[in-house]
Amino acid sequence: MIIESTCYHCGSNCDKFVVAFDQKEFCCNGCKTVYEIFSSHDLSCYYDLQSTPGSIPKEIEGKFDYLDNKAIAQKLIEFSNNDIQIITLYIPHIHCSSCIWILENLNKLQSNIVVSQVDFPKKNVRITFNSAHVSLKEIANLLTRIGYEPYISLDDFSEGKKKMDRSLIYKLGIASFAFGNIMFLSFPEYFEISEYWLEKYKYLFRWLMFVFSLPVVLYAAKDYFISAYKGLRSRILNIDVPIVLGILVLFFRSTLEIIFNWGTGFFDSLTGLIFFLLLGKFFQQKTYSFLSFERDYKSYFPIAVTRIAFHKNKKTEENIQVYDIKKGDRLLIRHEELIPVDAILINGNAQVDYSFVTGESESVSKKSGDQIFAGGKQLYGAIEIEATKSVKQSYLTQLWSNDIFNNNRSLVFNNLTDSISKYFTIVILCIAIFSTTFWLFIDSSKAIHVFTAVLIIACPCALALTRPFALGNMLRIFGRNKFYLKNIDVIERLANIDTVIFDKTGTITINKKSDIDYCGLQLTVDEKLLLKNTLRSSNHPLSRALYNMLAEQEIITLDEYQEHLGKGIEARLKDHSIKVGSANFIGSSSIKKEQNTTVHISTNNTYKGYFTFHNRYRKGVKKLFDTLDKTYDLSILSGDNTGEKKYLKQLLPKHTSLFFDQKPENKLRHIKYLQENHKNVLMIGDGLNDAGALAQSDVGIAISENVNVFSPACDGILDATKFEWLHKYLNASKSTMKIIRSSFILSFLYNLIGLYFAVTGQLSPVIAAILMPLSSISIVIYVTLLTNWEGRKLA
Amino acid sequence: MGVIYILLTISIIVAIIFFVAFIVSVKNGQYDDIYTPSVRMLFDDEIVKKTKKDPSTSAKTKQS
Repeated sequence: MIIESTCYHCGSNCDKFVVAFDQKEFCCNGCKTVYEIFSSHDLSCYYDLQSTPGSIPKEIEGKFDYLDNKAIAQKLIEFSNNDIQIITLYIPHIHCSSCIWILENLNKLQSNIVVSQVDFPKKNVRITFNSAHVSLKEIANLLTRIGYEPYISLDDFSEGKKKMDRSLIYKLGIASFAFGNIMFLSFPEYFEISEYWLEKYKYLFRWLMFVFSLPVVLYAAKDYFISAYKGLRSRILNIDVPIVLGILVLFFRSTLEIIFNWGTGFFDSLTGLIFFLLLGKFFQQKTYSFLSFERDYKSYFPIAVTRIAFHKNKKTEENIQVYDIKKGDRLLIRHEELIPVDAILINGNAQVDYSFVTGESESVSKKSGDQIFAGGKQLYGAIEIEATKSVKQSYLTQLWSNDIFNNNRSLVFNNLTDSISKYFTIVILCIAIFSTTFWLFIDSSKAIHVFTAVLIIACPCALALTRPFALGNMLRIFGRNKFYLKNIDVIERLANIDTVIFDKTGTITINKKSDIDYCGLQLTVDEKLLLKNTLRSSNHPLSRALYNMLAEQEIITLDEYQEHLGKGIEARLKDHSIKVGSANFIGSSSIKKEQNTTVHISTNNTYKGYFTFHNRYRKGVKKLFDTLDKTYDLSILSGDNTGEKKYLKQLLPKHTSLFFDQKPENKLRHIKYLQENHKNVLMIGDGLNDAGALAQSDVGIAISENVNVFSPACDGILDATKFEWLHKYLNASKSTMKIIRSSFILSFLYNLIGLYFAVTGQLSPVIAAILMPLSSISIVIYVTLLTNWEGRKLA
Repeated sequence: MGVIYILLTISIIVAIIFFVAFIVSVKNGQYDDIYTPSVRMLFDDEIVKKTKKDPSTSAKTKQS
C-alpha cells in the first residue's frame, strides 16, 4: 500500500506528483509558492495555529485589472482621506484561526498596508492602506497569491451599504437597566414592612420607578405598539394586541396608583414583561452573517469586464463596469469568466457551462456567430463576444422583474401564535367584562380593580415567548447541522409542507462528477495506451474527465496530434491512428443517438464504441425519496433534457412525477399552479434557474456544495453533505410545532392560576411580580429542553 | 435622614454611568463581531515572537 501524502499547505491529496520543498510535501507549485512567501516573511506560524489551513492559489492574470479603473475602485472603497484608504473585502476562504492570523499580519507582506482586521463571522477583512504606494489591484493580487482571493461581485456596487440595525440591543439594554433598578426600588415594599424611614421615602421610590419605566414603555416597547396598530388596522388580532393591552393597563393603573397613593403599582412586572419579550425577540434573531438569503444575479455577476476597443486600427483593452456595456460592444471573456450579457460569439472557441443558469448538466460548445446567453461560464480559453443587449435587458436578468421577487412573504404568512391569539384576546376580554359586571353588584369599589387585574395577568407573556424560544433554538440546532434558515418562520412553514419538488442538475446530482460507461467493441491494450496518451494533451473538460477515469498507462510521445476544437481529437502513433470526439467527427452513420453526453472513438478508421457520461446522483437520493414518498407528494422539475428520464423512473418511487426541459418561468408557474390547488410546496434547487421557483414556493431551499459561494435567493441553505437527511429536518420542524402547541397548554394553565387571583380581586403586585417571571422562565426552559432533545435526533 | 437622598443620587448616577458606557460600546460596534476578538487575543504571543526575532536568524526552530 502506498501511503498517501497530503499537502502541507492545503491538505489535499498529492495524487501522483509531489512537490517537495523544505522537507515538506506540496500538491502543486501554487501551494509551494504560498509556503515560500510565508516562510520568507517569517509567517510560517500560519501552519502552527492550524494544520493545512491554506487553499490552492488561483490564476490571477488580469483578473483584477479593473480595480485600476478609478470609477470602479471608488465605489468599492469605503473611506478615503488623502493617501489613506479603507476597503472591506469579502473572502470566502476565511475559515479558521490561521486565516485570521495571516490576514491580520498582511503588513508583513506588504508594508504599505497599515492595518487589516478580520470579521470572522462575516468573512470580511477590512484593510487600511496607503494608496500612494500600493494600489487596490496590488492588494487584491497579493491576497489571491496567498490563496485568499477576494470575491468582488456586482452586488458590492449597489449604493449605500446596509447599516447595522442595533436598535434591539439598545432596547434590550434599556429594558434590563430599568427592570433591575425598579426591582431594587420595589423590593422593600414586597414585605410590607412599616418602618418609619420606609413610610417616609416610599413616595420618592415610587416616583423613581415611574421615571425608570418611562423609557421602557415609550421606547423599548415601541415595536409592540406599532405591530398591534398595524394588526388592528388590517383587522387581525395578532399576539401583540393583548400584549399592548397589558402594557397600557399596567402602566396607567400603576401611575394612577402612585398618584392617588393606592399602592406601589406594577412597574416591576411591567418592565420585567417587556424585558422578557425583548429577550425572546433577541433570541429568535439568529443571523448567519456569512450567508445571504437575498442574493440575486448581482452577487453572481462580475463587477467589470474587459472591452476591446479599436483606436486607429489598434486593438486596445479597457476595463469597464458591467452596467456600462452597450449594445455592440466587443468584450473579452477570459478563462473561467462569466458572460455578463447576451451576446454573439465573434472569436475563439466557446465552451460554455450553463448548468447554473439553465440546469443543463453538460457544457455546450459554440461556434463563431452563435448566440450566447448571459450567465454562462466560459470553461477554457479566451473568447471575444459582441453584446447584443445591455445587462439589465438580458434574458437571465429579466427573470428578476417577476413580481414574486418584490413581495414580502412574511407579511402574508399567518403564524400559529397569531391564529391562537385571536381567540385568546376575545376570551380574555369576555372574562374581564363578566368579572367586572359581577363585582359591580358585589363590591363596586373593586370592579375597576378586577377589570385591570384580569388584563394585567392575562397578558400573554409566556404565550408570546414560546414561539421565539422554541423556533429560535431549533434554528440554531439546524445551523449546527449545516442547515441554515433565514428566520424562524421558515421552520413553521416547513412543518406545513405537503409537496416536495426537486431540481435535478446540481440538486440531486453532483455537478462536478459524472459516471462514465463504455459501450462498444473491446479496446486492445495498444488502443488503450493510445487513447490515454491522446487524452493527456487535451484540456477539454470531457477529455479530462475521461482521462482521470481510465487506468494508468505508460507515458509515450505521440507522432501526430491535432485537436479540432468543438469536435474532437485526432492522433497517430506509428501505424495506429485514433479519433476521439463527437459522433459527427467520427463520421460513422451507424451511431445511434443518445440523449446523454457521449464521446465516440474510432481507431484506424473503424468505429469502436462510445463512452457515455451519466449524471452522478448524490448519496442516499433513493433512500431519501423512499422515505419522503410516504408523507409527501414528490416531483422533479428539471431544466435538463430527458436523457436521464428512464434511469430516474426506475430509481425513484412510482408516484414521483418528472418534468424535463423546464425553463425558469415554467418552474415558477408550475409551483404557482400547485399552490392554487392548495398545496404547500417545498422547492429544493441550486442554481439561478431555480430562483423564481424558490421565491414562489412556500419554502425554497438551496443546496450548496460550499455555503460560502453563491446560492440564489431562498429561505434556507442546506449543505450538500446533509442532503440525504432532509427528511429529518422536516420531521424536526413538525415536532417543534408540536412542542409549541403543548407549551401553549402550559401557559394557559399559568393564565388560569393568575386569573383566579385577578377575578377574586386578590392580585397584589407581589403575586404579579412572582407569577410573571415564573411562567416566562419555566416556559422557556420547557421548550428549550424539549427542542434540544429533538435536536439530538439530527446529529 | 438626608443621607438617603445623597445615597440615592449617587447610586443612580453610578447606574446611569454604566448604562451610558453600555450604549456607547454598542454604538462603537463592540457587539457587531463577538467572535473574532476571542480568537485574536490568543495571537499576541506569536506576533511578539516574530517581531523580536532578527530576520537573518530566522531558523525553523520553534520555541514553545
